[in-house]
Amino acid sequence: MSTESTSIPVQPSSLPAATSLRELVIEPRPGWIAINWHELWEARELLYFLVLRDVKVRYKQTVLGVAWAVLQPVFTMLVFTIIFGQFAKIPSDGLPYSIFVFAGLLPWTFFSSNISQASMSLMNQQSLLTKIYLPRLFIPASAVGSGLVDLFVSFVVFGALMLYYGVPVGVGALALPFLVALTAAASLGVGLILAAVTVTYRDFRYVVPFLIQSWMYLSPVIYPVSMVPDKWQPLLALNPMAGIIDAFRSALFGLPWNVTTLCVSSASALVLLGYGLFYFRKTERVFADVA
Amino acid sequence: MNSAQPAISADSLSKLYRLNHGGAGAKTFRDLLTGIAQAPFKRFRQLSGSDESMEDFWALQDVSFDVMPGEVVGIVGRNGAGKSTLLKILSRIVEPTRGRAIMRGRVASLLEVGTGFHPELTGRENVYLNGSILGMKKLEIDARFDEIVAFAEIEKFLDTPVKRYSSGMYVRLAFAVAAHLQPEILIVDEVLAVGDAEFQKKCLGKMRDVSSGEGRTVLFVSHNMAAVTALCKRALLFERGRLVADGPASTVVEQYLRPASEQVTGVYDLRNSPARVEGSTTIIVGARVLDQSGEPISAAVPLQRIRVEVDLDPPTPMRTPMVDLAFNNSRGERIFAVGSYFSPTPLEKTSGPTTVAVTFTMPPLYPGQYDFHIAIMPFSTRYIDHVTPAGTLEVLHDDYLHTSYPYFPEMGSILVASEWETLPVQATVENARRSSERGSVEI
Repeated sequence: MSTESTSIPVQPSSLPAATSLRELVIEPRPGWIAINWHELWEARELLYFLVLRDVKVRYKQTVLGVAWAVLQPVFTMLVFTIIFGQFAKIPSDGLPYSIFVFAGLLPWTFFSSNISQASMSLMNQQSLLTKIYLPRLFIPASAVGSGLVDLFVSFVVFGALMLYYGVPVGVGALALPFLVALTAAASLGVGLILAAVTVTYRDFRYVVPFLIQSWMYLSPVIYPVSMVPDKWQPLLALNPMAGIIDAFRSALFGLPWNVTTLCVSSASALVLLGYGLFYFRKTERVFADVA
Repeated sequence: MNSAQPAISADSLSKLYRLNHGGAGAKTFRDLLTGIAQAPFKRFRQLSGSDESMEDFWALQDVSFDVMPGEVVGIVGRNGAGKSTLLKILSRIVEPTRGRAIMRGRVASLLEVGTGFHPELTGRENVYLNGSILGMKKLEIDARFDEIVAFAEIEKFLDTPVKRYSSGMYVRLAFAVAAHLQPEILIVDEVLAVGDAEFQKKCLGKMRDVSSGEGRTVLFVSHNMAAVTALCKRALLFERGRLVADGPASTVVEQYLRPASEQVTGVYDLRNSPARVEGSTTIIVGARVLDQSGEPISAAVPLQRIRVEVDLDPPTPMRTPMVDLAFNNSRGERIFAVGSYFSPTPLEKTSGPTTVAVTFTMPPLYPGQYDFHIAIMPFSTRYIDHVTPAGTLEVLHDDYLHTSYPYFPEMGSILVASEWETLPVQATVENARRSSERGSVEI
């Protein structure tokens, strides 16, 4: 009892003044919940640590470590080059098929691994939902962040390949950061939706790989956009990855830009991101109840 | 120093859960799809009143209280009384269904030690990750890093992946991070119970510093009544989702430990029991749960000798009646049964009112409420009288395993005492060789 009276602070700075205390109201929130940008900004270091964790764990867990990030795209490229380039003889806009398909795989692998990692992120880290409060948006978002590191490694490999084939890099390459950001936006949008659905419906995770595989064939990864009949082009552009992959090739190889397709795809990527954020926020409040 | 504004004010907080007893309310995508396909038919079934698959369950009901800054409040109650739900609401993990709470100050909650720890990462990396998950800034972690490491006593293993830590080291490190949080409001759930006695003492000391020294508000859930009375001046008692007592910790703890609320006395009149299964002939007319001295009890501890007396009033003589006494847990799962058919001596022929009694040792069950049912069959497999549930027996939390480790429902219904040891290297090699040989023979 004596402690209470002696604990009156001598230096007033050790206890925050009552006015400076932040007030938090907890109550049922009906309807849709706006994104709390202030909170996300305050907790930005958490996102950094989550990304750091994902990157470290990924490279620690595999025997090959960083070599894996190099080998995986190279092997995929080799397999696709042999099957689709050599056997199926799919045209490649006059470029060596291997370099053509690699340019498509760069954004595609980034996109697809982001959505598969993001979709499982909540399921795999249930304690972050049920044992603590944190901005949950960061959990799938960290998957996208760590995907960037892999993408960077792939770019280095791609650079070596360009040198080997003696293909010059165009000035268009300056647009790459924008395209990468667009891919990140689209994958975050899709990842948020899939993460929320997967945590609610456990068996949805079996649907995700199938979804990703189908999506790849609907995206111009192994074939050029020019192969698609003109009347289907607008429909194809609705797939954000169609415009992005096409623009990646334009940027890297100095090919003509397909501006309409890119615009439609960009819009579609942003819509996906917007809807993903909306859906995630809407379902977020019940995550801990269902997880 | 207590300003007029409470640090925590809860105003009729309620939380409703919908329990799922059948197909409805999709938990899997498959159910969702079949649910959509069946939707037109379901509506018809609902109209005809046969859809009873959902049940409402109030985990928390109309809970209101205020906590002033600097107060340390213990929260006590049996499993499922709503303590965890309350903490989860105040920690913003789940949203209340009704009511509201206002928290004044930075809140940190510790519902688990080491949330977000990754086994592959080193101690150092996990301190930063976990600290950041708990809401600390990198600068704060930097500033307290050495203190955290010293508190956890893991200096030598700082750059070892935590998967190689002993469980004690792991818990120490995890708690050390949490102990160095500097929130205005700290919410703690049962985490002190892990770790060895020495470390627990240290944590209790740290907690006390936290509250009395630095004017912090603490909400503290524990099954350890000694810790509650030692740490808290005030306590809240929860029963079935409601706040039933709020007062000085010692008084509330006493009330919590006092056995039996009025309805549960251990003596049951079953003659007109509403729990009798339809179509039964009334034979079982009463039951008593007794301790060894013959006193009725409503609660027992693991390994206690228990005697249950059942009063029978058969309308016609029964040659060798077989009486069945079985216990279900709160989820309705059968845990064990003691039937007179297991007894070496059969029950005698009865022609009028008779009392039969069974004595058994209470198995080491997970603490909680257990319903029991009584049934009787006359030398056949069909029950002629069946009362379910006939009554309730509570299994109390008792440190039966003599471990300071807390019990979790995931550990199962039965707590089995066991001894573990690490075999010397020689034996390990030998065993590995033996099992690989055996494996190759089988293939």
